[in-house]
Amino acid sequence: MSGNREFYFRRLHSLLGVIPVGIFLIQHLVVNQFAARGAEAFNSAAHFMDSLPFRYALEIFIIFLPLIYHAVYGVYIAFTAKNNAGQYSYMRNWLFVLQRVTGIITLIFVSWHVWETRIAAQMGAEVNFDMMANILSSPAMLGFYIVGVLSTIFHFSNGLWSFAVTWGITVTPRSQRISTYVTLIIFVALSYVGLKAIFAFV
Amino acid sequence: SEQKTIRFIITRQDTADSTPYDEEFEIPYRPNLNVISALMEIRRNPVNVKGEKTTPVTWDMNCLEEVCGACSMVINGKPRQSCTALIDQLEQPIRLKPMKTFPVVRDLQVDRSRMFDSLKKVKAWIPIDGTYDLGPGPRMPEKRRQWAYELSKCMTCGVCLEACPNVNSKSKFMGPAPMSQVRLFNAHPTGAMNKSERLEALMDEGGLADCGNSQNCVQSCPKGIPLTTSIAALNRDTNLQAFRNFFGSDRV
Repeated sequence: MSGNREFYFRRLHSLLGVIPVGIFLIQHLVVNQFAARGAEAFNSAAHFMDSLPFRYALEIFIIFLPLIYHAVYGVYIAFTAKNNAGQYSYMRNWLFVLQRVTGIITLIFVSWHVWETRIAAQMGAEVNFDMMANILSSPAMLGFYIVGVLSTIFHFSNGLWSFAVTWGITVTPRSQRISTYVTLIIFVALSYVGLKAIFAFV
Repeated sequence: SEQKTIRFIITRQDTADSTPYDEEFEIPYRPNLNVISALMEIRRNPVNVKGEKTTPVTWDMNCLEEVCGACSMVINGKPRQSCTALIDQLEQPIRLKPMKTFPVVRDLQVDRSRMFDSLKKVKAWIPIDGTYDLGPGPRMPEKRRQWAYELSKCMTCGVCLEACPNVNSKSKFMGPAPMSQVRLFNAHPTGAMNKSERLEALMDEGGLADCGNSQNCVQSCPKGIPLTTSIAALNRDTNLQAFRNFFGSDRV
């Protein structure tokens, strides 16, 4: 190999999108569900997550470093494409474009979300039910969160489809078609979970 | 009565570096024309729709039966061979454009050299030359030969590169066609002896990793080659190759 590392960078990008970033996304969406059981349940869940041992190491190695790598390399990938879904309007080509668009939206949303919650917590704010209820009381922010969460879940679900292709799991057209349906179901199911949590704060 | 005509809007370019422009042509209708015979009609009498005398339109062609790939161009928005593009099946005005993914030589003629360079890069051949007679190679099962025949139909026409959103001036991606050729030559029992060299070429610059799975290629291929299946199969092969290279294996 003549010093070109793109193959490995791209494989790492695909892997990190699912493990650990995708796994973290599911965990985050599930823990958010405590909001549906009331402010107290949510606050104790948030407190439990806060007080995990090795919290900073967990955050840095399981969330921030993989996420930053996936985001930075992903932006490079998104901007090397010359989208042509207008001319070639096949379903997979539209999903190709959407994967790139939702990637950018997700990056903007996640950056804002981290700023508003995790960075704010570092600067002294307490992350609890009231904080989220306060943020989501503004209709603009509510809209932004709905778009952001749906875009993140779409990017993850559709990313699972290309993960299976990239790792040589789904090779035949039939297995790829079925994995399209499976990832569609994952998108719908996680969207329900995500939106239910958002509306628990409203 | 009014005579039936065929109307063309052709994107023209006088030299490799000059600015493209559109020119319209109208020729008398005849049944069963293809785009090439219509272009020949324009060449016979190169007068545009305004009645001005102009230069004949340049295009590339060779076999005229959709096996050479030379006459590919963008016809009504889709890249395809102009020899099998029948006028009676096309919506008018018929828009002809060169495949801009490739350097335009003149008018509809493009230079597809990059595809042949890619075939060289991925070693899309089977090395059998030696200093002595190597004898017959291993036998290929008939079932696999029939399967491989489908992959061998690639005529390097460039349609899959034109349709691919990741083949563009910002990227070095070789495109789907040479990838599928690696699968073809790796499937051959003698070719398989050099499997790792081809896979390593695919793991290099402009290789497999640049595929974004838009799957336009398989939708566009005039020969119906399962390009995305090839890409996914090669994803599996290159991953295993990467593991072998890093962790070590006797299967060199």
